[in-house]
Amino acid sequence: MADPLIQLRGVSVRFGRQQVLRNLDLAVEPQQTVCVIGESGCGKTVTLKLLVGLLKPTAGDVLFEGRRVSDQSETELTKMRLRMGFLFQQAALFDSLTVFENVAFGLRAKGGFTEADIRTRVRDRLTEVGLTAAAEPKMPAELSGGMRKRVGLARALALDPDVMLYDEPTTGLDPIMTDVINELILRTRGRRPVTSIVVTHELRTVHKVADRVVMLEPLARLTPDEPQVLYDGPPAGLATATDPRVREFVEGDAARRIGAEE
Amino acid sequence: MTVAPAPPKPPDPDVLPVGGPLATALVGLGDWTLFSLRAVSGMFHHSFSGREWLRVAVDIGVNSLSVVIVTGLFIGMVLAVQTYNQFHTVGLETSLGAVIHLSVVRELGPVLSSVMLAGRVGGAMAAELATMRVSEQIDALACLGVDPVKHLVAPRFLACLLMIPMLTVFADVAGLVGCTIICLHVYGIDTHHYWEHSRNYVGVWDVFVGVAKAFVLGGVMALIACHRGFHSKAGAAGVGRAATQAFVFAFVSIIVLDFVLSMFANSIHDIVWPDAKSKVM
Repeated sequence: MADPLIQLRGVSVRFGRQQVLRNLDLAVEPQQTVCVIGESGCGKTVTLKLLVGLLKPTAGDVLFEGRRVSDQSETELTKMRLRMGFLFQQAALFDSLTVFENVAFGLRAKGGFTEADIRTRVRDRLTEVGLTAAAEPKMPAELSGGMRKRVGLARALALDPDVMLYDEPTTGLDPIMTDVINELILRTRGRRPVTSIVVTHELRTVHKVADRVVMLEPLARLTPDEPQVLYDGPPAGLATATDPRVREFVEGDAARRIGAEE
Repeated sequence: MTVAPAPPKPPDPDVLPVGGPLATALVGLGDWTLFSLRAVSGMFHHSFSGREWLRVAVDIGVNSLSVVIVTGLFIGMVLAVQTYNQFHTVGLETSLGAVIHLSVVRELGPVLSSVMLAGRVGGAMAAELATMRVSEQIDALACLGVDPVKHLVAPRFLACLLMIPMLTVFADVAGLVGCTIICLHVYGIDTHHYWEHSRNYVGVWDVFVGVAKAFVLGGVMALIACHRGFHSKAGAAGVGRAATQAFVFAFVSIIVLDFVLSMFANSIHDIVWPDAKSKVM
């Protein structure tokens, strides 16, 4: 087994009085595609933001290539972030910039590219996500939800990251566009040796792209001694998981919960 | 390239009941200070594009000009109308210009410009940055290796530093014009004595103090507005609250700072020109 590229060791996160993650352990190997699933509020997005250093754990360690993220200087942290692409839930495109400028942003910020290089790279990335040059001058407000996600993906891929982090990449999209995004995640992995972590509610995405699935449970539904990870294994094992809470999530069955609340 | 600081850590919930609002206020003040230092350092590291600075500067400067001029003009006119009778009763109406010009140049010009821009520009800046926070654009900047504070706050801070003193000069001139129109053309005060008294009482130091105040007040207003926007809570209510807080905090700070700066300016004046007559009329 390869050394983990990304590792969470006993990580807890608390916002004020609300604890979101408790003693979470997770190790992701290079070139693995891990889907993190679970109900809203279980800490999926918080986990992604910990990995990229946007949030700091209240306790425990987040490691990238064996080094603690919290020990890194600002320069090192910036270098680490430039090796990670992040596709945000609503794409987070910069409103005041065109599609071209959005995709070129990271290249210009990093420096060392000529304008011709930038133009070529932006065109390549937009083509990679199925967009033409006609999209380049458009403003984000003119784009549909699916196009915004694709531009966000092109922007995240512009710097050829080693790690791709997807935060609910298919939420709010129609079934066709959901499949387009799933396909793009697969192609991205096929084109380059990238490690991917996909946070999602969408089981079609899980079955299509994941090598491994990790299911988290909101702490409010757990007793103090229960682990937060309900399932950690291949996607095929979800349907036959021994924990009834995993099967309920997979089947979308809330009958037991509604019965309990009544 | 550096990264953004994390949002301020709230006081420990176990300690909060002890210190309560004071602890929260101190944490907020400390965070604002660090945020401000980061923004100021961003001005010296070319952390933002000139185009972004120009866009903000035009929005603050050009688009606020008409409002500032109209306000200055009518403030000058209202002051003349409100004070004429008192001065006329004691036969000092020719000093009216001196009193109003001094008030406008030293106090009303910088304070009114800053307060008005806290509402027009500060609220908009806070709402814009809050929307960027809520829509994760600020997180996206950090992920692309850019320090969001230096990239977003530094150009707004610099634009306010330069534009608000300039707008103050326009407000001063408009106030003087408004006052002069009422005094000379409505109340018929003697032109020669009106200008003579004004020249005697309003000097370069007074103009300098007014513009220097506007420089400080504008910069503080920008930093408060940007700080509130950066730490907005989620949702439409969070953005609205950030814009409201930006105006309220900036307004209170402007009024308090104006007092402190006035005291400071008078002390400097007394040290540099100990034999000069007091400017207090």
